[in-house]
Amino acid sequence: MTKILNHRISRRAVLGAGVASASLLAMPSVLRAQDRSIKIGVYGGYFKKSFDEHIFPEFTKATGIAVESIAEPTGEAWLVQLEQAAKAGQAPADISMMSQTSTLKGQATELWTPIDAAKIKNHGNLLDHFVNKYPDGRIAGIGAVAWYITLVTNTDVFKEAPTSWAALWDPANADKLGLLALASNSFLLEVTASTFMGGTKALDTEEGILKAFEKLAEVKPNVRLWYRDEAQFEQALKSGEIPMGQYYHDVTGLAAADGQPVRSTFPKEGGIQDSGNWVISRASTMVDEAHVFIDHMSQPAVQALMSRKVGTAPTLKKEVLDLKPEEFAAVSSDIPPIIPRYDLYTTKADWINQKWTELIVG
Amino acid sequence: MKREAPKSLADYSPLFFPGLMLIVFFVIPFSTMIAVSFFQRDPSGFYTPDFVFTNYARFLSLFFAKVLGFSLMLAVMVAICCVVIAFPFTFLLTRRPRKVQTVWLVCLLSVLSLSEVIIGFAWSTLFSRTAGITNLFVAIGLMKEPVALLPSFWAVLTGMVYQALPYTILVLYPALVRLDPTLLEAARTLGASPVRAFMNVVVPALRNTIVATLIMVFVFALGSYLLPQILGRPSHWTLSVLITDQAIYQSNMPFAAAMAVFLVLMSLALVGLTLLVGRRENAL
Repeated sequence: MTKILNHRISRRAVLGAGVASASLLAMPSVLRAQDRSIKIGVYGGYFKKSFDEHIFPEFTKATGIAVESIAEPTGEAWLVQLEQAAKAGQAPADISMMSQTSTLKGQATELWTPIDAAKIKNHGNLLDHFVNKYPDGRIAGIGAVAWYITLVTNTDVFKEAPTSWAALWDPANADKLGLLALASNSFLLEVTASTFMGGTKALDTEEGILKAFEKLAEVKPNVRLWYRDEAQFEQALKSGEIPMGQYYHDVTGLAAADGQPVRSTFPKEGGIQDSGNWVISRASTMVDEAHVFIDHMSQPAVQALMSRKVGTAPTLKKEVLDLKPEEFAAVSSDIPPIIPRYDLYTTKADWINQKWTELIVG
Repeated sequence: MKREAPKSLADYSPLFFPGLMLIVFFVIPFSTMIAVSFFQRDPSGFYTPDFVFTNYARFLSLFFAKVLGFSLMLAVMVAICCVVIAFPFTFLLTRRPRKVQTVWLVCLLSVLSLSEVIIGFAWSTLFSRTAGITNLFVAIGLMKEPVALLPSFWAVLTGMVYQALPYTILVLYPALVRLDPTLLEAARTLGASPVRAFMNVVVPALRNTIVATLIMVFVFALGSYLLPQILGRPSHWTLSVLITDQAIYQSNMPFAAAMAVFLVLMSLALVGLTLLVGRRENAL
């Protein structure tokens, strides 16, 4: 509940910042100094807080461009809002952090302004899967942040850390789990396939997916909470009310650093690596400033800063970064990750969603 | 006295403003929703204008019938619980001195200022194993060890009744305040006990108010989608939760619209049926 209250306050702060910048614009003499300002959508909660604290001030210092950060809801809510607004020629944010699935969906309606690779100095150092391209090769999005969803436990309840995703299926953990409520953000089909079916390749066919659903159904009696809202699970995990589940590695790390009795474990099958892109809404008129921002964010120094301060896995090749081994371990792992099958959530989205809903509700 | 039929356009003028409001806030949005419910869903993006029945066809399944049935049953139960609790409470409240009434009403109004999120999280804390009311029961020796009272159907019902109760009381209050006290006095003079007088005189006298309140709470409860998620298991999710999933998380507006249209039609049908039954009884 504190988180929600904080969230409220931060939203109010955003409104306050909006009023402040509006009053600045009303004064022509100040206008010249502050005329370059962009609106950036970032995921609400910890992400927005950390970016406001550590990342955006550095960017404004380096480039003179002011940032108005906007808390995005998770899931596809923000995509829908951006799309509706773009139809009306509005951009609620010039740049947004956008999930891989949402980036692909936005591509279908040409929602993203193509990014000019020549304006991104470190373009060559980005890991391949962090450049999201339109089918014709134009760049739709550049990796913004990557994060892991791992197996998390409350340290008061589980003295020993679990080692495998198979712990979710353990009958001893009946009614103890908190899992994400949607197929497309929990990636539990991929987890099931990696743990019991030899890898996500098994999901290539519909039979394979149905088999994974069947195996996943066995986990249902262990689940206490299927959550959509992060705050809902995080609070319960900290208090030990729901002592095990899947959650974000970085957020759990930050909570543990705050002294909360929680831990994040990379299971031997790998953590789930999800990521978000920076995308520019086609309705934005601040395309140049947006490129300056993406260029700034893709520097090795800024990526390292983000790993240290925000807890995200870097989007650049490991060798160009100056992260110490323990700093790298705090945000990533040498165990190969489970990479979600984003293609499934665009091509078979409705079919998977229907099966999934029937699985957890039925 | 015979009321004259309106003749000129000016005689109809008092209807213009409500009519305009009805068009702007109901007819236009609802028509848009009906239109979208026939649009073609594009799985990789959004939707294209079309006239197809696939969205309704997908909804017509045993799975969604069960969810719809549960949602209606939950809303009916919330309505009944609210009225059963609120009616005697409001009746007793109206017998108190004016000052006491004001204090109670202000307290009830303050509950309305709480958002659904706050109510949900507050009840989830109250029902939790680690910090909930069962710890209190353990402390006074009623229970051996604290248990979690959620997620469960009863947790959902409690949260929703709590949320709807102030509205119920506010709707019942004016009618109960205006109730002629001589009716009760007559009943008591003729030898009825207070409970008997309440059940046989007050309740029947206000039957229409009670039916109207039941309908209002029913409609109010039908739209709830946050409390079932916070306090219930997936099997307690209402149709509104699934509509939100489709609209927000799957960006499947046409299917979400089709489900919403269906939900509105079903609730209108139920409300109509209730009124029809009420009219028959009154006619007897």
